[in-house]
Amino acid sequence: MSKRAKLPVWADVALIPLINVSLAFLAAGVVVALIGENPLAAVEVLVRGAFGYDEGVGYTLYYTTNFIFTGLAVAVAFHAGLFNIGGEGQAYIGGLGVGLVCLALDHLMPWWMLLPLAVGAGMLFGAAWAFIPGYLQAYRGSHVVITTIMFNFIASALMVYLLVNVLIKPGQMAPETRDIADSASLPLMHEIFAQFGIKITQTPLNLSIFVALLAAFLVWVLIWRTRWGYAIRMIGHNESAAVYSGINPKKMVVVAMAISGSLAGLVAINEVMGAQGRIVLDFVAGSGFTGIAVALMGRNHPVGIILASLLFGALFQGGAELAFEFSTITRDLVVVIQGLVILFCGALAYMMRAPLERLFGLLSARATKSEESR
Amino acid sequence: MTEVQQQGQQGPVSHAIRLEEINKSFGAVHANADVSLAVGAGEIHAIVGENGAGKSTLMSILYGFYSADSGRIFVADSEVEISDSKKAIQLGIGMVHQHFMLVENFTVLENIVLGAESHWSLTASLSNARRRLQEISDTYGLSVDLNALISDLPVGLQQRVEILKALYRGARILILDEPTGVLTPQEVDQLFAILRTLKQQGVSVLLITHKLQEVIAISDRVSVMRGGRMVDTLNTASTNREELAELMVGRKVLLRVDKESAKPEKVLLATRHLTWLDESGVPRLDDVCFEVRAGEIVGIAGVSGNGQTELLRVLSGMLDVQRGSVEIDGTTIDSKQQMTPKQVRHLGVGHVAEDRHRDGMVGAFEAQETAIMGFQDEPEFNRSGLLDRAVINQHCVDLMEEFDVRPAAPTLKSGGFSGGNQQKLVIAREMAPKPKILLVGQPTRGVDIGAIEFIHQQIVALRDAGSAVLVVSVELEEILSLCDRILVMSEGRIVGDVLASETDARSLGLMMSISRSGEQQQQQEPLQ
Repeated sequence: MSKRAKLPVWADVALIPLINVSLAFLAAGVVVALIGENPLAAVEVLVRGAFGYDEGVGYTLYYTTNFIFTGLAVAVAFHAGLFNIGGEGQAYIGGLGVGLVCLALDHLMPWWMLLPLAVGAGMLFGAAWAFIPGYLQAYRGSHVVITTIMFNFIASALMVYLLVNVLIKPGQMAPETRDIADSASLPLMHEIFAQFGIKITQTPLNLSIFVALLAAFLVWVLIWRTRWGYAIRMIGHNESAAVYSGINPKKMVVVAMAISGSLAGLVAINEVMGAQGRIVLDFVAGSGFTGIAVALMGRNHPVGIILASLLFGALFQGGAELAFEFSTITRDLVVVIQGLVILFCGALAYMMRAPLERLFGLLSARATKSEESR
Repeated sequence: MTEVQQQGQQGPVSHAIRLEEINKSFGAVHANADVSLAVGAGEIHAIVGENGAGKSTLMSILYGFYSADSGRIFVADSEVEISDSKKAIQLGIGMVHQHFMLVENFTVLENIVLGAESHWSLTASLSNARRRLQEISDTYGLSVDLNALISDLPVGLQQRVEILKALYRGARILILDEPTGVLTPQEVDQLFAILRTLKQQGVSVLLITHKLQEVIAISDRVSVMRGGRMVDTLNTASTNREELAELMVGRKVLLRVDKESAKPEKVLLATRHLTWLDESGVPRLDDVCFEVRAGEIVGIAGVSGNGQTELLRVLSGMLDVQRGSVEIDGTTIDSKQQMTPKQVRHLGVGHVAEDRHRDGMVGAFEAQETAIMGFQDEPEFNRSGLLDRAVINQHCVDLMEEFDVRPAAPTLKSGGFSGGNQQKLVIAREMAPKPKILLVGQPTRGVDIGAIEFIHQQIVALRDAGSAVLVVSVELEEILSLCDRILVMSEGRIVGDVLASETDARSLGLMMSISRSGEQQQQQEPLQ
């Protein structure tokens, strides 16, 4: 057994994820080759689809926005030692809040006045939907993983009911609300660019990506610079020490879940107030679950989450392009590739650690030897 | 003792194990530097040294966890390479870890066989093992009920299972890492009896410990390590604790606490008929009444698990008062008037938790974050809704300087400090606000001799400044030398209240073993 060295920070945060992503692509390449397509050509289509032209970039960043919100949601809960699987449902119910506020006030005020109210409503509704599992975990011992999954189903059923029976725009078949007035929905990015005289293709990308970046910064502040963050991290690491420090772990479980849910609820700003301009069925489209992989890969740190969101955004957009270009590659294979990325970056995240530590040990041993010989 | 020692040295093999010029570095740290060691067959060889002296590294090399950078290892006079612990076991080296490696819900027999099954069929393996274990326990006088569940056994017997496990795998060289840390004085005696039998059967025992009185009591020879080097190897018969302590630390060490006699004043902390039942209704605290006055250090002696943990937790507000009451400087806490740990702190109570890893610190937190545990809500550490990093950092730097915490690095993870420095940081945190009442659990658990002296001095200084101090410790010696008055706890009750100057380890040991029925359990000669 050769000597192991402690990895430098850059290797830990950058090199290892990079190696893992490469391995995932390598494995995906093998799958593509088995189907009979050229893996290199596939990669080219995927990368070009995601970053190669302005429409692709727009869609990539639009997906990224959702993943940042749900990734942050999972991360906050994770710092408290909780596994919030319910981002999906919380985002969906958050959409109800955003939608109701926008539909009620869209003829009274412009988007920039409405935005804070919509953000507040989305966060409040998302928080409420996460509060219940949080409360049940803290005071009734029902495991949050089970209850949040159940709440996803409840949210889904509830929203179908509301959209079909209550919120539906009269006189149509599709279970959707009426459109939010143009003046009240978030400006799309191509409209903003047009203001400055730059012409880009229309995509669903809208202002909410800045809300997402702001949320990432605020989560960083929350977790590492506030008393709540201190308490959240402490109950995540050591509940007994938290009691010793005068922190009420039960209360903090509920608080952490509520914050987590409120972040998930912000997905609705991107979807309901931005991209769709109305509440539609299943607008969350799996972002809540992707958020788990994003948080895992981003090591629950806002910066990591932004980068991981970008990767998954690119996979979503590039993957769609891939399915479009190759008749043999279907949407399912794209899911396989995403699965491989999650497998290598999440489940096998530490696989490359030991060999790398040995490599660094070997290099440093050689360095000291050559120094000695001098 | 000398007779057996000669026997061991006259054996056919001159040395059971010999290490020559072992070197091992971790980055810049030279954990073992030219370490040589020779242990004869049938010898009990103690290795002492402070935390970080290199004992654990050396034993890990011997047991195949690490490989040495250079140096040679001889087992029974032939050179070997120990690449992993499997190889070590093949060579007849067995290890009993400080924290037992047992499966709680398996029986003794299943635990011993686990990983060493002799047959593909489990039933056959178990019956083979049962036969062999019978022989082993006859030879070495180690009796354990093979069908008992580990979770039902007291720690002393669990340790015996670990020893049996090693012997079952053919160990002729047994490494024991801090074996007495968790044992009662009686269990220690039983362990030592077992070690003497092993020695008579020619088994070599390597004893890693920091308890010098035990080294004197049981070992034939003792090696002292300091800063990665082997400082000296002595015949136990010709040395004493003071000399060993000096060799370990590198300077003269005061083993007894130097203090004036106490001048107790008004009562600051009192309990009245305090009773606390656990979830299954067992009384962990049973009608506990005592008082602690300003200017005195009161010690709670007792075998661990007799209610000391619960007492500290109730007094500090971590557990609710169920029956009876606690009075803190005139404020009464009872079942109607509960207080949170934060409120108790605001009454002027400092609390050094018994188990710093469980309660007193968070290993993954930066030292400066650990340094404000319990004080995170105080206005001085908060500014406009955010934790004030600059003030917190300065606070931690001050604590580290005042209590000599090394390295003085506020942003280093708390878990990265040595045990002594962790404890100094925790004690610094609790003492900094000059508490009127200080509760201290196990003040020096896992702490170096040099730091022990320092911590004791600080506690005495706080007493002299007029605080009331309550110390809980399982180390009788510590209680005797640090405290002014001693309360003895057994099965949740206070069974003795004596002045430290008027008692000794022997009579405390007798009181500690008073059981609920009021009878004394069978008591063997306590250690000197």
